[in-house]
Amino acid sequence: MNILVCIKQVPDTSEIKIDPVTNTLIRAGVPSIVNPFDTYALEMAVQLKERYGGTVTVVTMGPPQARDALKHCLSVGADRAVLMTDRAVGGSDTLATSYILACVARTLGPFDIIFCGKQAIDGDTGQVGPEMAEHLGIAQITYSAGVDCQDGQVQVRREVDDGWEIIGADMPVVITVNKTQTEPRMATLMSKMAANRAVIQELHCADVVGMDMERVGLAGSPTKVKRTFTPERSKHGVKLEGMQAPDAARELVRLLGEKRLIS
Amino acid sequence: MEKKYQDIWVFLETKDGQLKNVGLELLVPGRRLADATGERLVAVLIGDGVTALADTAIACGADRVLVVDNPAYGRYETERFTRAMEELIGRHRPSALLIGATNNGRDMGPRLSCRLRTGLTADCTGIDLDEESGNVAWTRPAFGGNLMATILCPNTRPQIGTVRPGVFKKPAADPQRKGQLLREELEPAAPMTRLLETIHLDQSETVDLENAEIIVSGGFGLKGPENFSYIRDLAAVLGGQVGSSRAAVDAGWIPHTHQVGQTGKTVSPKIYIACGISGAIQHLAGMSGSDTIIAINKDPEAPIFDVADYGIVGDLFEVIPALIQEIQEYRTKQ
Repeated sequence: MNILVCIKQVPDTSEIKIDPVTNTLIRAGVPSIVNPFDTYALEMAVQLKERYGGTVTVVTMGPPQARDALKHCLSVGADRAVLMTDRAVGGSDTLATSYILACVARTLGPFDIIFCGKQAIDGDTGQVGPEMAEHLGIAQITYSAGVDCQDGQVQVRREVDDGWEIIGADMPVVITVNKTQTEPRMATLMSKMAANRAVIQELHCADVVGMDMERVGLAGSPTKVKRTFTPERSKHGVKLEGMQAPDAARELVRLLGEKRLIS
Repeated sequence: MEKKYQDIWVFLETKDGQLKNVGLELLVPGRRLADATGERLVAVLIGDGVTALADTAIACGADRVLVVDNPAYGRYETERFTRAMEELIGRHRPSALLIGATNNGRDMGPRLSCRLRTGLTADCTGIDLDEESGNVAWTRPAFGGNLMATILCPNTRPQIGTVRPGVFKKPAADPQRKGQLLREELEPAAPMTRLLETIHLDQSETVDLENAEIIVSGGFGLKGPENFSYIRDLAAVLGGQVGSSRAAVDAGWIPHTHQVGQTGKTVSPKIYIACGISGAIQHLAGMSGSDTIIAINKDPEAPIFDVADYGIVGDLFEVIPALIQEIQEYRTKQ
């Protein structure tokens, strides 16, 4: 079975701070990690490979430093890593990104399953996976919490609002993955050393089969960012401080009662 | 000449023949956009036995409801619903489409926008008209809620956005409102996936945070899963639901269905009480739209106090029992 896992290198958003003076994001010094949802997708892929044989390829689109993310993937079970990097793809929104990744998948494939994380923690859109499936004209199953396959078909446990659905589809298929009960494996010293020595295949636009350059980068992106800003948070509410718990509780209930917030 | 793109559409998701609240919530920003542009607000209902629900949509602000009522649409399937929307959009050419950011909405949205080669903005928390260009200005959080971005889709139509449940409040129904029901016949597309089985969550694990009027949430300050009893007790006295921070969910203290925040649920209750929650940006992104926020935290510098209308700096293990007692006393005096 040939499996492709699409990953993204992202800033660890839990480490991002706001500069209190300029009110802008401080990105410097924020560690880059493999998008956490992608690590669960990779673990799912590696487990399928271990059960049924085949290869796991990881691909990312990004700047040259995204190699570090690919190396991590190689150290936790991926067999092959591909970096799609080209100045021409800069500024791509999800439609353009998914188009590029779909073209890359065609170039590297065929694949039986294409895995993506359910969303990336920097953009939080969750769109690239389903859009890739559409570009490729194959089925998609989103929000997967588990997968098995047999006889050319997958069975996916999909999260819905009030439980799960077990969804079946023919391969090839795109599956997007949520956090699962199974934590991604850790790299070992040996696997890290091997990953460091591994060759990462680099692709540029010219290497990708049948890519229409009008559909990539800023020109191929229907959405435009008009502005960004940091959310205003300060409310200057009433803060009860230095009081004994019963006194503070009584005062709060009095205040809430005045505003008719309790009855 | 090509027909011009006009009207604001809201996709009304249904489940087991019932409307999901998020669709009705979206009629609020939809109505505002339609009034601002002078277009119609059109609700789209696709399902089995859903025709009667059109009245609710009209009462809640829709000028027109497109209804596809056919047993083939009894449950959501990606390809079948995408094709249905594609056809309806081809026939009527809306200028914008709002979809609830449920798992199914976020499954269909990108598939549909990609097929139409138009732009999609996910998980919007603000929807306005960009006066300058006449486009919809979609505002959404990114970087875990640290940054807000306003996105336009200037050159392609329809402009599509998903909006999380709980961001807008369901409008009050006005049974006197008049609107038009338009039945649409479609040839159902062959599905690409099969539903093999449905597994429901235990009743004890389901929680309707998006529609709760009062939410009491606990975080890492609870120190252990057993102490969620403090949260449950306060919630019970107030008739509220129990929420939590990501830290408490990640620690395995409470099921993820209770999680409020960027990666959990977005809520806007009348009262939100955060107990032992420091107020990481990712949590604030999910609850700062609440009408009244009350914070209880030991650390006077905790960021949760920045968004709180009322805060108590103190030990929640003392403050919560005292609060429960005071609420009960207040009620007996009333």
